[in-house]
Amino acid sequence: MHDILKKLDEKRKLAIDGGGKKRTDSQHKKGKLTARERIEVLLDPGTFEEWDMFVEHRCSEFEMDKQKIPGDGVVTGYGTINGKLTFVFSQDFTVFGGSLSESHAEKICKIMDKALQVGAPVIGLNDSGGARIQEGVASLAGYAEVFQRNVLSSGVIPQISVIMGPCAGGAVYSPAMTDFIFMVRDSSYMFVTGPDVVKTVTHEEVSHEELGGASTHTQKSGVADLAFENDIEALFQLRRFMGFLPSSNKEMPPNRVSEDPADRLENSLNTLVPNNTNQPYDMKELITKVVDDRDFFELQPEYAPNILTGFGRMTGSPVGIVANQPMVLAGCLDNNSSRKAARFVRFCDCFNIPIITFVDVPGFLPGTSQEYNGIIKHGAKLLFAFAEATVPKITIITRKAYGGAYDVMSSKHLRGDVSFAWPHAEIAVMGPKGAVEIIFRNDIGDKEKIDKKTNEYRDRFANPFIAGSRGFIDDVIIPSTTRKRICRSLEMLRNKKLSNPWKKHDNIPL
Amino acid sequence: MFSKILIANRGEIACRVIKTARKMGIKTVAIHSEADNNSTHVMHADESINIGGLTSQESYLDINKIIDAVKKTNSDAVHPGYGFLSENRDFAEKIENIGKVFIGPPLDAISIMGDKIRSKKIAKEANVSIIPGNLDSIKNINDAKKEAKVIGYPVIIKASAGGGGKGMRVVFKEKDLEQSYNSAINEARSSFGDERVFIEKYIQNPRHIEIQVLGDKFGNYIHLGERECSIQRRHQKVIEEAPSPFVDVNLRESMAEQAINLSKLVGYFSAGTVEFVVDDSKNFYFLEMNTRLQVEHPVTELITGLDIVELMIRISADEKLPINQKDVQFNGAAIEARIYAEDSKRNFLPSIGRLTRYIEPVGKNIRLDSGVVEGSEISMYYDPMISKLCIHSENREKSINLMTMALDRYLINGVNTNKDFLSNIVQNHSFKKADFSTNFISEFYPEGYDSENKDNKLIDEVILIATFIHYKYLLRAASISNQVKGFQRLIPNDWNVITEDEKHITKITYNSYNKNYDIILNKKYFKIKSDWQIGFPLVAALIENKLLYFEISRNGPYYSVSHHGNKYNLIVLSNRHSELNALMLKRKEKDTSKFLMSPMPGLLVSVMVKEGQKVQAGEALAVVEAMKMENILKAEKDAIVKEIFSKVGDSLIVDQNIIEFE
Repeated sequence: MHDILKKLDEKRKLAIDGGGKKRTDSQHKKGKLTARERIEVLLDPGTFEEWDMFVEHRCSEFEMDKQKIPGDGVVTGYGTINGKLTFVFSQDFTVFGGSLSESHAEKICKIMDKALQVGAPVIGLNDSGGARIQEGVASLAGYAEVFQRNVLSSGVIPQISVIMGPCAGGAVYSPAMTDFIFMVRDSSYMFVTGPDVVKTVTHEEVSHEELGGASTHTQKSGVADLAFENDIEALFQLRRFMGFLPSSNKEMPPNRVSEDPADRLENSLNTLVPNNTNQPYDMKELITKVVDDRDFFELQPEYAPNILTGFGRMTGSPVGIVANQPMVLAGCLDNNSSRKAARFVRFCDCFNIPIITFVDVPGFLPGTSQEYNGIIKHGAKLLFAFAEATVPKITIITRKAYGGAYDVMSSKHLRGDVSFAWPHAEIAVMGPKGAVEIIFRNDIGDKEKIDKKTNEYRDRFANPFIAGSRGFIDDVIIPSTTRKRICRSLEMLRNKKLSNPWKKHDNIPL
Repeated sequence: MFSKILIANRGEIACRVIKTARKMGIKTVAIHSEADNNSTHVMHADESINIGGLTSQESYLDINKIIDAVKKTNSDAVHPGYGFLSENRDFAEKIENIGKVFIGPPLDAISIMGDKIRSKKIAKEANVSIIPGNLDSIKNINDAKKEAKVIGYPVIIKASAGGGGKGMRVVFKEKDLEQSYNSAINEARSSFGDERVFIEKYIQNPRHIEIQVLGDKFGNYIHLGERECSIQRRHQKVIEEAPSPFVDVNLRESMAEQAINLSKLVGYFSAGTVEFVVDDSKNFYFLEMNTRLQVEHPVTELITGLDIVELMIRISADEKLPINQKDVQFNGAAIEARIYAEDSKRNFLPSIGRLTRYIEPVGKNIRLDSGVVEGSEISMYYDPMISKLCIHSENREKSINLMTMALDRYLINGVNTNKDFLSNIVQNHSFKKADFSTNFISEFYPEGYDSENKDNKLIDEVILIATFIHYKYLLRAASISNQVKGFQRLIPNDWNVITEDEKHITKITYNSYNKNYDIILNKKYFKIKSDWQIGFPLVAALIENKLLYFEISRNGPYYSVSHHGNKYNLIVLSNRHSELNALMLKRKEKDTSKFLMSPMPGLLVSVMVKEGQKVQAGEALAVVEAMKMENILKAEKDAIVKEIFSKVGDSLIVDQNIIEFE
C-alpha cells in the first residue's frame, strides 16, 4: 500500500510540476500565473476538485511519444466561488505551450458535459498556442468537440472565457461562443489570423497588441467585455462577476444580504436632467444611485459607450441594466450600441435576470455609414431581444424617447411590465423642432410661425402625459423615488410567468 | 424693522443672510441667474426672481436688473453679501435713490475706502500706522539712500509701474542699496518701459490680521477683536482663525483703537473690517478697510456669540447697537477652512461640475456655511468656493484636531477640492505652533499638494480599517444564496495589506462578546468597533476607543482610503494570493513629463507650435477653451516638439495628450 501511495504522489507531482521549473519561471517572468495558480485565485481556497490529472496524449508522430506530461496542458475540475459550484478548465502554457491535443480537448469536454448535466457554469482560462500541430486533424476535431458543447450549453449554463495568453486561429471560436470574454492587458491577444499572415496577405504591418490585444477588443471590435491590468485583478473581478449569475437557466439569480434600504431617496436625482434638453448628463450617476451600494458592474464600458450595459443588485438580487448614455452621441442608437445591448438583453433573459432600462434616446444615428453597415438589421436585433424577453422588464424614461427608438427601448408595447416616466420626459415621434418642420413644411420661411408652432408642439407633445393617457406608461414618478419604485415593481414581478410560443428556436436578424 | 429684504448675492453667503433674516421674522428675496435656477439660495428664500444672464456681468453685477428686482418685489432693503456689488457705491446710491435701504455703510465711506490713495490719506489723518515709505518716485541713488535711512532697513524698492515681482528688490543693508537700486531700475525699464521706482519699508514674515468693527448711526462703535488671515494662496485667504494666536491683549487693543478711530473719522456705520499687516516684532500697518461683511466673519461670530448679519440689519434699520464694548467676550478658538472646487495638485486650477455625491459633516463644534447640496452644479461662471467649514472649541489645539476630523468625514465627489490640502495645512507643524506668515503656503507647498504622494507611508489606522472593511465585504459575499454543501466557506483571518512599496500583515477576528473586531498588526493588538453600513463611502470607527473617520472606495480587492488629507491606494489579499500578486509585473508609469496634456476637458482652439520646433520653458504651446474660458498651456521646460496628436477643433478629455516632446 505504501508503495502505491508513493507512486501516486510521484505521479501527482509530475502533473503539478507541469512544464517544469524553467517554463514556470518564464511564465512568471511575463507576469503570468501558471494554470494551477490561476485556479487558486479563482476558486474558494481548498475547494478545487481536480479531474484527469493523469491524462496523457496519445500521439506518436514527431517523437511525441517520448514527451508526455500528465495532464496534457490543461487543468480541469470544479470547485466553488463564494460557495457556488463552478466548473473550470485552465490551460497550461508551460506544457506544450498549452496547445490543444485530442486528449486535452477531451478533458475540457468532460467537464463541460458534467456542468451541463448538473447545471453549473463553466469558466475557461485560456492560455494556449493553438492546435497541437503534431496531432493534425485530431486536434481540429478536438476544437470542434468543444465548439459543439459551447453551443449546446449556450443559454443553459453561463460560460465565461478569460483570455490570459495567446488565443489565435480556430481557438478563438470557443471563447467567441461563450457568454462573456475577459482579457488581460499586455499579456493576452485574440485573432483569427496573426500579424505574420496579415503581412503576407495584405502587406499590412501590425503588432500582436494592435491586432488583437485587450484594448483592441474592448474598444474597437467589441469582442471582449472587459480588460484587466493583470491575472490577479482579472480573476478577482471574475469572482465578483460570478456573484451576479445563477448556476443555470433553471435557477433564479443568487441573492444575498443587502443593508441598502429599498426606499432610499436620492434627492439629487431631481436635478440630474438639465433644463436645456440638448445638454448631456451622466446616466451612470442615475444607475449608481439606484442600485444597491452604488455598485454597478459595467460591461463593455469602452465599446459603444452611447449605451450602458451591466449588472447591479436591487435589495440583494441581481438585475441587468441597459441605459442610453446622453454623454456620448446624445445617447442615440447605432449599429454597435444596438448589438452590444441586444446581446446583453438576451443573456439576461436566458438566465432569469430582470432587466431595468433607462431611456433617454433621441433616435437612431442617421448617416450612410450606419445605413451601409446595416442599422436596419442591427437595430432590429435590439428590438427583437427586448420583445422576446420574458423576464421582468422595468423601463424608466428620464428624458427623450423619440420615434422608433422609443418602441425599441423596452417599451410597454414590447411586453414591458412596468413603465415609468420622469416628469420632464418627452415621449413623441420626434423632437418639437423636427416635427414642426415636417407638419408645417410650407411655412419654413416664416420663422415666427415656426417658433410659435414649435412651442405649441412642445406644450402639446413634449411631455409624458399623452403617453400616460394611453396607458403606455404606468406612472409619472419623482426622480428621487426611482429606487423605491423599481424595488417595489421588482417585488411585485417576482413570480412573473410568461412564455413564448413553442418553437425550435427563433430567427433573430443576425 | 424691514419686512422684506432682497439679497443681491448667491451661494453660501445668500443662504447665510437668509438664515438670519428668517430668524428675525423678515421675508427674503433671492435673485438668480439662469445658471442658478436650481441653486440652494433660491430654494431657501421666501421669494425668488430670475434676473437672467449666465455670467456675473449679466446677472449679479448688473445694477439695473437688481434695482428692477428690488422694485418688482417691493423689498425694503438690500443685503449685498460680499463680492459682487457689496462695495459698489453706485449700486448703494441707486438703492437709496428709490427710497430703499442698502444694508451697509454710508456711501462716502464706500468710496473713500475703495480708493487706495485716499484711504491711506484718511488713515494717516486718523493716526493709523501706515507702512513707512514714500509713494513718490526716487530720483537718484542719493535720494534712495536718504529715503531708506528715514524708513529704516530692510526696505523694498518697487517699480511704480510694476507688478508680478518685476523690478522689485529687497535691501537689508545700506551697502547693497546701490546695486539693487540699479538693477531694479533696469528691470523696471525693460519690463514696463518706465524706470520710476519708489521705496517702502519691507515687512519681514508679514502676517495678515484684521479687526472687525461695528458702528451704528448714532456714533456708537465696538470692535469684535481680530481675525488671523495669514494662510493665503496668491492673496486668496484659505484658512482664517479668531482669535489670532499671535495677538496679545495689548496688540489687540491698540489695533482695535486705530480701527475704531478710522471708522469714526469717516462716519462709518454697519460692519467693517480694517486689515493690517503685522511684522514679527508686532508692529502693525494699515492695509485697507473692507466696507462689507467679510467671507471669514463666522470665526468672529463663533468666539463672540454675536450675529454680525443681524447687527448689520438692525443698524441699517436705524436701531442702536444693542451692546457695548464690555459686553463683547471672546470664548475659545475658531478656525475656518474655505473649501474650494480646485485641483491642488494641478496648480489649483478651478474644477467645475456636478456634486455627484455630497455629505456634510455635522457635530456640535462644527458650523458649515454652504450653498450647495448633492446634485448642485459648481459652474464656471462664479467663484469656485463650495463652503466654509468652521470649528469652534475651547482652545486652538482642540479646534485643529476637530477640523482634521471634520474634513475626514466631509464627502465631496464630482469635482476636485482642496479638502486634503486644507487637512495637510492644519496638521502642519508650523501651523500647529502658530509659527507662520503670509509666505506659509509658498514656503511649504511650492508645488501645490498631492494627496496621493508616493512618499506617504501607510499608517496603522489605514491598515486596520482596510482589513476591517475587506473582512466585512467577504462576510457578506459569503451570504450569497444557492451555495453547495460540503465546501465549507471559510473566510481567512490573516491578511496582507499591500501598496506599491509596502506590505503589512494583519490578523482579524470578531469578538462576539464585546462586538469588537480584534486586529493584530505588527504584534500589536487593536480593538476596532464600527457600525459601518457596507457600501457607504464614509467609515466612522472607534480604533482603540479613538473615533476616526475614513473615506473609502472599493473595486474588488482594491481599495482607496483617504484619511487626514492623504489618499492611499491598496489591495488586501490573503497570504497565498499575496505571494502570487508579487509575481505581477509593475506597470511602468507613463512618463508624463514628455507630454503636454489637457488639464481639463475642453476644445483645442489653437496650437502655436509645429513638429520639430524647439520651444523654451514658459512658451505658449496651445490654447484649450473650457466653457468659454481660454487657457494657455505653456512649456514647462525647454524641449523639442516630437509629435502633435490633436488638431484645432478637437474636443479633449482631461489628461489627453496634445503634444509629445523629444
